[in-house]
Amino acid sequence: MDKELRIVGFLCNWCSYGGADTAGVGRFVQPTDLRIIRMPCSGRIDPLFVLKTLIGGADGVLVSGCHPRDCHYAEGNYYARRRLEVLKRFLPIIGIDPGRFEYTWVSASEGQRWQHVVTSFTNQIHALGPVQRIGRQSLAKACSLGTVLEPLA
Amino acid sequence: MSLQDELKAQIVKRLPELDVVIGWGQGYDSLHRTPLFITSEADVDKLVFDPLCVHNLSTYLTRYGSAKRIGVVVKGCDSRSVVELLQEKLIHRDKVMVFGLPCEGVADLGKVKRALAAKDLDMGRVRAASFADGDLVVTVSGQEIRLPMAEVQADKCGRCRYHNAVIHDEFAGQPITEAAPDTYADVAAFEEQTLEERMEFWREQMERCVRCYACRNACPLCVCRDYCIGQSREPNWVSQRDGLEEKFFFQMIHATHLAGRCTECGECERACPVDIPLLLLKRKLGKEILELFDYRAGTDPDAKPPLLNFKVQEDTINERGW
Ligand code: SF4
Ligand code: SF4
Repeated sequence: MDKELRIVGFLCNWCSYGGADTAGVGRFVQPTDLRIIRMPCSGRIDPLFVLKTLIGGADGVLVSGCHPRDCHYAEGNYYARRRLEVLKRFLPIIGIDPGRFEYTWVSASEGQRWQHVVTSFTNQIHALGPVQRIGRQSLAKACSLGTVLEPLA
Repeated sequence: MSLQDELKAQIVKRLPELDVVIGWGQGYDSLHRTPLFITSEADVDKLVFDPLCVHNLSTYLTRYGSAKRIGVVVKGCDSRSVVELLQEKLIHRDKVMVFGLPCEGVADLGKVKRALAAKDLDMGRVRAASFADGDLVVTVSGQEIRLPMAEVQADKCGRCRYHNAVIHDEFAGQPITEAAPDTYADVAAFEEQTLEERMEFWREQMERCVRCYACRNACPLCVCRDYCIGQSREPNWVSQRDGLEEKFFFQMIHATHLAGRCTECGECERACPVDIPLLLLKRKLGKEILELFDYRAGTDPDAKPPLLNFKVQEDTINERGW
């Protein structure tokens, strides 16, 4: 596979983080682009975490929580599901491919499913390539203006 | 009796029960109206209502403590903000008296300015403005110019489904019967561009942002005041740098915090001193929420906003589809 990209995963402590651990203990081979941030619950995930991560230059963001009906706090993932679905549908208006963000459910025992999720999400992000950033290009533009002006000085 | 006189009579009648009534008065020139805070009968004479009354006055409702009884004058779109505030229990029904109006549409002063500029005229030199036969008639640099309202009215008015106040204690004038279907054609047209073009659009627009936060301050539903996370040091979501990322991220905060609450009143965009089309971001969320939850904010005082709610089995979200 080509150069590693930056993928950030927000995982709930009770299910998906355990699932990722299970996959590790089981020594399932996984791509290494993903950096995991452990959250108390998928309901704790503010859509702004995802937007900040993407606007800040991550190439992909994965959110994973407990399956519906299995939330440690009973209802957290139900609220998360609505918020994250709205967020995913919002992304195209700002010029970010909705495929750069996925949310899913993985339980602590589903090591194999975790391996599948990470592998397919990583492939999806590699197919999309590096993310475009709102800030960076303008910096590049300002620099290129600088070089145009140079001969005049 | 004209609509304006009827409204004045209603306010005079109700004023003894209220601490203040918020309406519109004459602004600093003939094209501008300004919020008017009526506390005595003498103030009522200063009240104006015409298509230049652009402000959504419900934004002031959350600035009074619960001890005061406030009257507020609202157009159709403004009344939805009152309903949304009630839905979220940010105001109490018995503390607010709503003077509802029918509204055929308000002017967009940006469009007026551009229409006059196209004729080599300066909006700042307008000396008189009135309305006749669906035209805005202005006297500028000694000439009388007629601008058809259809050309200078705010975009939101062309697609308005709620011309009449949806909530009211008093209603002046005759309700308007037609309502336009809103198909979100503007959002669809914008999304015909590639992702790169869309981000480039925001890059060009946001470059002008001066981070004055007028967009937030004008919004009737932005109620955090000094606790706004766009300005707090802890958490420090947005740094003091003046880069595009910071400016744009502030808009992400405003948009996501308004998801499922925004009534698309357009005050954020109108208040922006550098004309950034902020409503587009909010309309996109509005469109998706309508599709997902069949919900329009601020239309039913008893409805629970969709993001404060859930169904164990969602009808429209294919959760395991990924
Ligand atoms: S975000 Fe803008 S359009 Fe939405 S309620 Fe606030 S001011 Fe109105
Ligand atoms: S009103 Fe306009 S310039 Fe001011 S902070 Fe909002 S977007 Fe930026």
